[in-house]
Amino acid sequence: MSTEISHIAGEHPDLPPPATEVGVIGWIRHNLFSSTTNIVVTVLTIYLLYIILPPMLNWIFFDAVFSADSRDDCRAIAKAAGEELGACWAFIGKRFQIFVYGFYPVEERWRVNLSFIMMIAALVPVLFDNIPNRKLGLWYSLIAPVIICWLLIGGMGLTPVPTDKFGGFMLTLTIGVTGIVGSLPIGIALALGRQSHMPALRMVCVAFIEFIRGVPLITLLFVASTMLNYFLPPGTTFDLLLRVLIMVTLFSSAYIAEVIRGGLQAIPKGQIEAADSMGLKYWQSMRLIILPQALKISIPGIVNTFIGLYKDTTLVIIIGLFDPLGMGRASLADTKWQGLSTEIYVFVAIFFFVSCFSMARYSLYLEKKLHTGH
Amino acid sequence: MSSQSEAPKLEVSDELVIKIKEMHKWYGSFHVIKNVNLDVYRGERIVICGPSGSGKSTLIRCINRLEEHQQGDIIVDNVELTNDLKNIDAIRREVGMCFQHFNLFPHLTVLENCALAPIWVKQIPRKEAEATAMKYLERVKIPEQADKFPGQLSGGQQQRVAIARSLCMNPRIMLFDEPTSALDPEMIKEVLDVMIELAQEGMTMLCVTHEMGFAKTVANRVIFMDGGEIIEENNPHEFFDNPQHERTQLFLSQILAH
Repeated sequence: MSTEISHIAGEHPDLPPPATEVGVIGWIRHNLFSSTTNIVVTVLTIYLLYIILPPMLNWIFFDAVFSADSRDDCRAIAKAAGEELGACWAFIGKRFQIFVYGFYPVEERWRVNLSFIMMIAALVPVLFDNIPNRKLGLWYSLIAPVIICWLLIGGMGLTPVPTDKFGGFMLTLTIGVTGIVGSLPIGIALALGRQSHMPALRMVCVAFIEFIRGVPLITLLFVASTMLNYFLPPGTTFDLLLRVLIMVTLFSSAYIAEVIRGGLQAIPKGQIEAADSMGLKYWQSMRLIILPQALKISIPGIVNTFIGLYKDTTLVIIIGLFDPLGMGRASLADTKWQGLSTEIYVFVAIFFFVSCFSMARYSLYLEKKLHTGH
Repeated sequence: MSSQSEAPKLEVSDELVIKIKEMHKWYGSFHVIKNVNLDVYRGERIVICGPSGSGKSTLIRCINRLEEHQQGDIIVDNVELTNDLKNIDAIRREVGMCFQHFNLFPHLTVLENCALAPIWVKQIPRKEAEATAMKYLERVKIPEQADKFPGQLSGGQQQRVAIARSLCMNPRIMLFDEPTSALDPEMIKEVLDVMIELAQEGMTMLCVTHEMGFAKTVANRVIFMDGGEIIEENNPHEFFDNPQHERTQLFLSQILAH
């Protein structure tokens, strides 16, 4: 017989769930061993981790050499310790400065450091809305790029540094952040323009988007580095880095525009009708009603595009700018450290992974924060 | 006009607030509204009914220019609806609208939904706008939901917020486009109660609805549309008990049969 105590119909109380449905055990049951397929996948994954993880950790940490003067030195140290030869991180250590600053003059590198700190400080009020004095912070974020630009390039009291001295991670950040910050507003404008009721404006936007999307970024970079000279009046010098920044921004803005267009189309027509019926103007409805919702829907796509852009910055190596990958390849020419390409590429990969993964996590945080149950 | 015994006597002034004259509208080559003439006086509660596709929603959507009419005149509060944006804005300030699907802004809280238009359209300070919003939320009996998001409310609550949101603009005319059609039967009453109260306070209302009970209690005029034309127009008493037109009789027999 059941042990269920009988209740009057309509007055059954809420009972706690069975112990197997909640807590750690519940989680493991539901997520790892809920079905035969799931059990097989779980076991296989554990086995794969068992095979891959130990040698990987040995190479990266336990057998690695962190300080040495050459590759032979690395070998000797490993031999003396009776270990197999792991990663020779000493190479990265010796080259670290050039990886970060490129050819930026040593005595001026504080300017790069200061710029980096200023950039982080400028990003905080933009990315997070729960900080004190955010309004003030946003004003700072607005003027910070100008100051950073002055710090990096120099002039007006600072020693000028030509942009061909830029390199390494600072170059990646310069191109990546400029591209990201610049392409979002341009992308929004293009997306709105593409939906405009004015045929001329719409056609210009469509033509721009389709042209940029239809051409590889490398081609645009080549155009930036060589062809523009033909179009510009002779004698005008037009900084190479500036051309790259413009091209990367325009390239990414075309993609952003399409991502946002998708978001705009997902907003029900009733939203704009409600805004219209209350007398809001076009720009007010866009800013207050449509864009906040469309951008929220588009976050995964936008961040996806940004991550793509950030990694595409490595393409500048083709037109002679030295990003971390370029620096790494240049470093490999050093006879003292020959054959250490794995270390270089792993190191560069980690740098990119950390940057891109942070963006991905931030986008998840933002999605969660903006979720209002609709 | 003979007044119904149970309904409170509602004042209708002789001030003309909406004048629709020989109005036509086409969607492409499809003629949706055909030669509609309608005069609405201040304080009137007009219910518009008819089969789906009869143009009744389109008609009231023309009044605040959510739809454009191609021929004829619409004059709202002495302002003529033309392509002049200034006129459209002026009319939209005077005319509130509630939709079948509420169309609340899902990314804003209930309070922000209500205060948005007063702040941005009427340039009322935020504090003051929010106080007004709270007043209207109390009137539709959901002040405790002010800080929630629309997605957290039931359909009936959302529609009441939508009504409060329109009222915050202090409109002189309210348009209702099937306000209870998307609601569960249990929630229809709470919305109708709010609308009835509004009517009793003297609001000029044009309401597209299939709620015949509502029409009988509050309306002073019922309009029946079919095929883009006004087929019949009468006080509710005459309209329901003694429909003149054959199509009206058919329609009423169908919706009142169950």
